This record gives sequence, structure tokens and C-alpha cells, in this order.
Amino acid sequence: MNEVAVSDGLIKKKLWALGIVILFAIISISTYAYNEYYIYLSAYLWFGFIYGMCLQYGRFCFASAFRDLFAVGVPRMVVGIMIAVILFALVSAFVTATGISTFHSSPYGIHSVIAGFIFGIGMVFAGGCASGSLYKTGEGSGTALLVVLSISVTQSSFVDIGGWMNKLVPAAWHESATAKGLPDRITVGDGWIDQYLAGYVWDQPITTFAETLNFTKETFFGAYVGNVLIGVFVPAVLLLAGVYLIWGKKRHIKEVIGEKITGISLRDNLAGFWQMILSSKRTAIAGLILGIACGLQMFVIEGLRIKYGIRNAGEILQRIGSDFGLSIRGTVFDPGYWYVTTQEAQWVGWVMQKLGWDNTDNIFFGYINGIPNPALNPADWMSLALIGGAAVMALLNNEFKFKRPQRDLIKWALIGGALMGIGSRLGLGCNVGGFFVRVANGDPAGWLFGLGMIGGAFIGVKFFNWWTERQMAKEMASLNI
Amino acid sequence: MAIKFDKKSDGVYTLDCQGYVCPHPQIYTKKMLEKIHSGDVLEVMFDNPSSSESITDMCSGSGNEIIEKNVSDGKYLFTIKKG
Repeated sequence: MNEVAVSDGLIKKKLWALGIVILFAIISISTYAYNEYYIYLSAYLWFGFIYGMCLQYGRFCFASAFRDLFAVGVPRMVVGIMIAVILFALVSAFVTATGISTFHSSPYGIHSVIAGFIFGIGMVFAGGCASGSLYKTGEGSGTALLVVLSISVTQSSFVDIGGWMNKLVPAAWHESATAKGLPDRITVGDGWIDQYLAGYVWDQPITTFAETLNFTKETFFGAYVGNVLIGVFVPAVLLLAGVYLIWGKKRHIKEVIGEKITGISLRDNLAGFWQMILSSKRTAIAGLILGIACGLQMFVIEGLRIKYGIRNAGEILQRIGSDFGLSIRGTVFDPGYWYVTTQEAQWVGWVMQKLGWDNTDNIFFGYINGIPNPALNPADWMSLALIGGAAVMALLNNEFKFKRPQRDLIKWALIGGALMGIGSRLGLGCNVGGFFVRVANGDPAGWLFGLGMIGGAFIGVKFFNWWTERQMAKEMASLNI
Repeated sequence: MAIKFDKKSDGVYTLDCQGYVCPHPQIYTKKMLEKIHSGDVLEVMFDNPSSSESITDMCSGSGNEIIEKNVSDGKYLFTIKKG
């Protein structure tokens, strides 16, 4: 194969990349000089930057993982993501065992599967998952930016819509929600999501694999045997074995045993399986760095909380003189690890609030996450820096290009983004917060969300195949092939 | 601009997916390769970086040979011979 790489203007692109790094450095240094508490926001910023670089380098996209598997039979990305989950789990277990993890398990139930299913369809339609759309925005894709906007607007609207949607709320949810004793400012009996959260989700069980096995998760044994070995490694290897048997065997076994077609032994299959793992090196390297960075972020954020004697970034915002948009409990969204969708809902929520929409009477904004000024929202700093980090990596590799949205992709971006927004709020997270982080921390809700996401991706691909066939029949009619 | 299909000459086809994100470049490439005949050549243009690895892996797994990869300023031109 002949490979030609022309790199006109590469120096200019490298200068742009340097400019982005310098801009982030100036933001960090100048805000720290103004008030030392800004270092908390800068910590989020630089981890976001690392995530962006890793995602772009590894083409790390959950939509691509399952869609390419079902649509074109390429297992590379799903293998890479499973490797990344295992590596992140190893780091997370250490953080958990040392007692400074910022992770909390989520209530699990059928809702996790349904949420994942809706999210999975959405990510195939949109052409990228929540984190994938962010990094692709950094590559200059206008379509990906539209997806991000659609996710953001849908979420911030969905969490506050009552009216006719109240009629869709089961009576049991309403009763349970109103019995929770939430402050009067939170109108828990008005709003579908409020009643879904307080009346249904909060009543579901919460656990980890370690706790299910009666281990103490804050010990090395509990974290590594319960959460990592049983909760991550075994299911991930089983999933990869299934991927190998259905999609990878035919190709990868050929790479190790040549054209032999009979007498293939277990050893040959293990060699083929290993070959499939090695073929995802680029994604796996990105996954390794992502895993270490995710764990390190938990250490750093918890360290800063201990240093400043706080439990939540809301206190940081108060200390730097901004108490606007704090939740009724004085908190803002402050996961302490990689997260994508909640901060996207927050910035649109903040804009809507400024435009006169009272959206602080719901649980999502008013009771838990707040709607701080995006310029002071730690998680928004992380997402913006993620886009910047992806842009830097794309510029350095001569892969950056501004691409305005194609007219026929706009509808897919908006529909897909909306489905991902709804799925994220139903599942309390996206492919990152709802799947990647949860699975790696031994939370069964993560696998349930993932199960739904795979099912949704499968249905999404079936639909997409039908749609592209129709398009091609029209476009190629004159080619007479 | 929609995705463009064209016949350049006998047995040589072009597929222009520039401006399109995943999964369009790889899905259209797969479907186009299914439609043309063994030995025919398909030139695929796209500017979605992650499609580069997907198309490479897809061809490698399906016996189609990428005979040339041309990358310039975020634009990709792959020349694929159907196996």
C-alpha cells in the first residue's frame, strides 16, 4: 500500500495548538493569581484537556464501538473501550480502597436498561456519543457541535417539563415523591422527571459488586476482587469473547495460523483472541492514559477538598464571591471525575434562567446540581478544555478541519442529540457517567445501562442500514452497476 | 451537498463523503464495495478522521485491498481494490 501524507500548513496548525495550550495556561495562572480557589476549577480544566487529547488520539467513541461492530463488522473500538474500562477499574479500585473515591453508585433497575436503549439509538443517529461529539467538535465538526447543543437543550428542558407530562406520571411515583419531604421550593409533585427521580429512581436499590458479595468495598480485597475481578474483568472478557467468536475470529485467527481451516485448537483461538486485543493498540493506549487520568482526578479533587475543608464546589464558588445558581443545599455539580452531560444541561439551564424560565424549582437543578454561571462551573471548564485538548491533538496530527453541518445531517444530529439527552437524564448519565465510570467502579447500574446502549445501537444500525440503502438506490440509479 | 457517487471510468468508481461524520463514510464505503465487482477500484474521499481506521479495518477484514492512502490537511483519499 502506498501512503502519502501531505502536510501543508502544519507549522501554522502547530502554532494554533500551542496557542490553545497557552490560553489555558493563562486562564489557570491569572485566575489563581486573582483568587487561589480557582485552582479547583483549573484542576477540572487540565483533566478535561487530557481527556480531550486521549479521546481524539484513540478515536474513543462509544457510538463508533458498537455501531462499527454491527454495521461494518469492525471490533477494534469495542475492544479498546473494554480494555480502557478494565484499566480504569484497576486505578479506581486503588482510589476506592484508599478511601478517597468521589464515586457514588447509582440506583439500578429496568430504568437503567431503558435509558441506555434510548441513548444507544440516539448515538447511532447522531454519529457520536456524548463524549465523542465533544471531541469531534474539537476536530472542527459543525455537526458534532449541533449534537452537543441538542443534548444540552433537550436535557435542560426535559428536567423541568411538567404540565401535560404530569398526566403520564404513575400515581405511585407521585405519592412516593411527595412523601420524600423535599423543601417547599422544590415542586416535586410538578414535573415528570422530578416524580421519576423522587418517586421511582430513589426507591431503587444501590450497590456495588463488592457489596453484593458481602465484601467491604473500601478494602483492597473488596475493591480488586469484588469490583474489578467479578464486576469488571469477568464480564468484560466474556463480552470480548463473544465479540471474538462472532466478528473477530475469522479475521484474527488467519493472522496467526494462516490459511489452515481444520484442526483449529483452543490455543490457536487464544492466539487469535490476543491478536484482536493487540489490533486495538491505539485505542488501548488512549484508554490506559484515560484510566490513569480518571483515577488521578479523583485523588486531586478529593485532595483539594481536604485542603480547603470543603465537600462540594458550591463552597468554592461562595468563597470566590459567586453564590448565584447554587442549589437549595448550597451545592453545584461537582463529580470529582470525568462526566459529560450534566454540565451541558447546566449551561443551557443557566441561559434559560437568564431568559426568564424559572427552572430552579426542580430536583435536577434546584436540589442537586444548581445552575452556576458557566464561566465559573468546574465541570463546564472540564468540557470546554476537553474540546480544546481534542483540537490540539487534531491540529498536531494535521487532522483538524472546519466542517459545517451538512443539510441532510442536521436532522440526525438534532434527533440523535435529543434522544441522548433524554437517555442521559433517565439513566443519570451518558456513556461516560452512566456506563464507563460506573462499570469501572463496580456499579451494576453501569452494565445495565451498557446492555441497553448496545441494544439501542443495534436497532439504530438496522434503521440506518435501511435508510442508507434507500439513499443509495436513488443516488446510484444512474451508475448502472 | 449530499454524498456523491460517480463512475470515473470502466471499473473505477468514486465516493465523496466529505463533510459527513460517522457512520456515513464507512457505511457507504461498505455498501459501495458490496455493489461493485471483484477487481474494480473505489476511490473514497472523506474528512472524518475516525473513519480512516474503521475503513482500514473493514477492508482488512473483508479481503479488500487499500492500494493507496492519501492524507492532506484533514482530507482523506483512499483507493480500494475490491477483492
